Amino acid sequence: MNDSLLVIVLAQAVLYGTPLLYAALGELLAERSGVLNLGVEGMMLFGAAVGFWASQRVDGSTEVVLTVAILAAAASGAAMALIHAFLTITLRASQIVSGLALTIFAGGLGLSAYFGAELHLAELPAVHQFKPLDLFGLGDVAFFGPILFDQSAVVYLSWLATLAVGLYLARTRLGLNVRAVGEAPASADAMGINVALYRYVHVLVGGAFAGVGGACYSLAIAPGWVAGDVLVSGAGWIAIALVIFAFWRAELCLVGAYLFGGLSALPFALQAHDVTVTPEFLQALPYVMTVVVLVLVSTAFARRRIGAPAALGRPYVREER
Amino acid sequence: MIRLERRLEQPWWLSVVVPLGSLAVAFAILAVVLAVSGHAVGATFRDIVEAGFTGNQSLSTTLISATPILFTGLAAAAAFRMELFNIGAEGQLYLGAVGAAWIALQLGDHGVESTPLFVVSMCVAAAVLGAAWALIPGALRAFANTNEIITSLMLNYVAGLLLTYLIYDSASYWRDTSTLQARAFPQGKPMPEAAEWPSFGSDVVVPLGFAIGVGVAVMLWALYSRTRFGFEVSVIADSPRAARYAGMRTRRKILAVMALSGAVAGIGGASQVAEFSHTLDGSPQGLQAAAFGYTGIVVAALARYNPLAVCLVSVLIGGLLNAGYTLQGADFPSGLVGVMQGIILFCALGGELLIRYRLTIRRRVRAHADGGTAPEAAA
Repeated sequence: MNDSLLVIVLAQAVLYGTPLLYAALGELLAERSGVLNLGVEGMMLFGAAVGFWASQRVDGSTEVVLTVAILAAAASGAAMALIHAFLTITLRASQIVSGLALTIFAGGLGLSAYFGAELHLAELPAVHQFKPLDLFGLGDVAFFGPILFDQSAVVYLSWLATLAVGLYLARTRLGLNVRAVGEAPASADAMGINVALYRYVHVLVGGAFAGVGGACYSLAIAPGWVAGDVLVSGAGWIAIALVIFAFWRAELCLVGAYLFGGLSALPFALQAHDVTVTPEFLQALPYVMTVVVLVLVSTAFARRRIGAPAALGRPYVREER
Repeated sequence: MIRLERRLEQPWWLSVVVPLGSLAVAFAILAVVLAVSGHAVGATFRDIVEAGFTGNQSLSTTLISATPILFTGLAAAAAFRMELFNIGAEGQLYLGAVGAAWIALQLGDHGVESTPLFVVSMCVAAAVLGAAWALIPGALRAFANTNEIITSLMLNYVAGLLLTYLIYDSASYWRDTSTLQARAFPQGKPMPEAAEWPSFGSDVVVPLGFAIGVGVAVMLWALYSRTRFGFEVSVIADSPRAARYAGMRTRRKILAVMALSGAVAGIGGASQVAEFSHTLDGSPQGLQAAAFGYTGIVVAALARYNPLAVCLVSVLIGGLLNAGYTLQGADFPSGLVGVMQGIILFCALGGELLIRYRLTIRRRVRAHADGGTAPEAAA
């Protein structure tokens, strides 16, 4: 029972959905403050490279090494996001073009490749990696055990992060302020909220989340580092779409992430079970489904109830309100 | 303190001086990056200039590198001008290559040997397929109001997989199955010889594709700045609501602009097949590794979406790409080209501020009634 194809696919869906979840939560924070960051793919790729590098460089027990590696990945993601924040918040540049520029700069043909080549990351075997951890002692429970409770620490941490982001946005004073900044920056400004500061902080935290998401690939899923964009291959873009599917809500990001995690994991699971389907067809599934779901949520029915932050994508200039 | 005032009028020279200034700043930042990572700054820059522009025959190879990004740059410029963010030029270029390869093989099968006929039909087939691929996100945007950024990008991955499928995982028309070796190591059918596009010049060889690209650029420039269509596009870009009140057909414009953008990117794919690979290249190291579509966005943004400027900028960025291919190695790691493009784009974006706003620096005036100190502003 525990080896059945369904269980394996679902367990893989959770694992493969985790980087998507981190990245989507990060993008959610940035977008709620009114800043669209299309650089997620680039930040994830750079986070993957830096996280892997840190795991090679730090000495110590596996727990210590992986903690440091995750923190390094978060810091690198935030550093990349800082470029975007400076350009769009301080210099009022187009958020769309700046985000694209960030993906080109940090991505598979840019900084992460440069960083990886300079430090010869591709030749290094993975020494430390996140292994499944039966944290709650429920790993043997039929069906749900292997899917939910035989996962690695990054998965459990992502649940905590989802809860934290959800509660932060919906139930705290600061979260209320963030939403005000994203919906009506002029009113927020009049209330005495520092719009630019809020946006900077949330774009940076969002970048940190994306960096952690990238590190999930190089430290848990792959594990290892590969040149180019094959490690992340579009997950950053799917994460941006996820925020839209999730109607800008943290708990729905989790559902969407596992759905798309399942689609990404399907080819590997089927291959392992000798099911022969044209591989390109299966690999195209997550991308095609992203388009399909995006169309579904953007039709008139859904538009009435979704909550895109009203000021999303617009720079806030006090003199021009 | 520094104050920003919106410029009411933008002097024309600003849009020349600011991008050039941005480039200078970008290279200064790049010098710091190189120095920090332990490379000789002067030597690297000298190598780039020599390999990209001044060396023997290097301008000719630069034009070859510039051709695809000229097309994708024009594709991006055409769409971005209407605030329509088509970042699917990558996939549209693949589809163009598929279409061009198909018609060339068909004509070859029918014994056609006239190169002009090949050039025209390959361009048309590529434009049609590129436009059709771009119309998917275009129609979704026009009728379902779906974000075209994500849909056009997702379709890039699908187009890449389609390319791989056609050559590696199917017995498609494009795949060479004539010999035992070709069946074991999948590759595309070779094009007929007449399908190779000619090139001009002896000192500097100009590929036909580049010349076609310049022609397309002039047409786009005329379309956008000299016709009613172009005027309506710029109104829709500046104020969609005003455009709707004025009775402009926004939906039709979205479809038309997306199709135009995709068609231009598609011709870029035709030129790749006809001038470079001479077959449909489905390998992940081939057409798909070059990321022409994304580089095109850099080109378009640096040219401030002006089609004529795209021609110049594509040669500049093409030179950097060419230098990247030539110098690839320990002194010039592979990611450096992307890093350079990113920095250039960041600087160009930052420079936009100076075009739109006037910076005025004035001393902070402290006029506290109870302070009793003399105002510092007098100093």
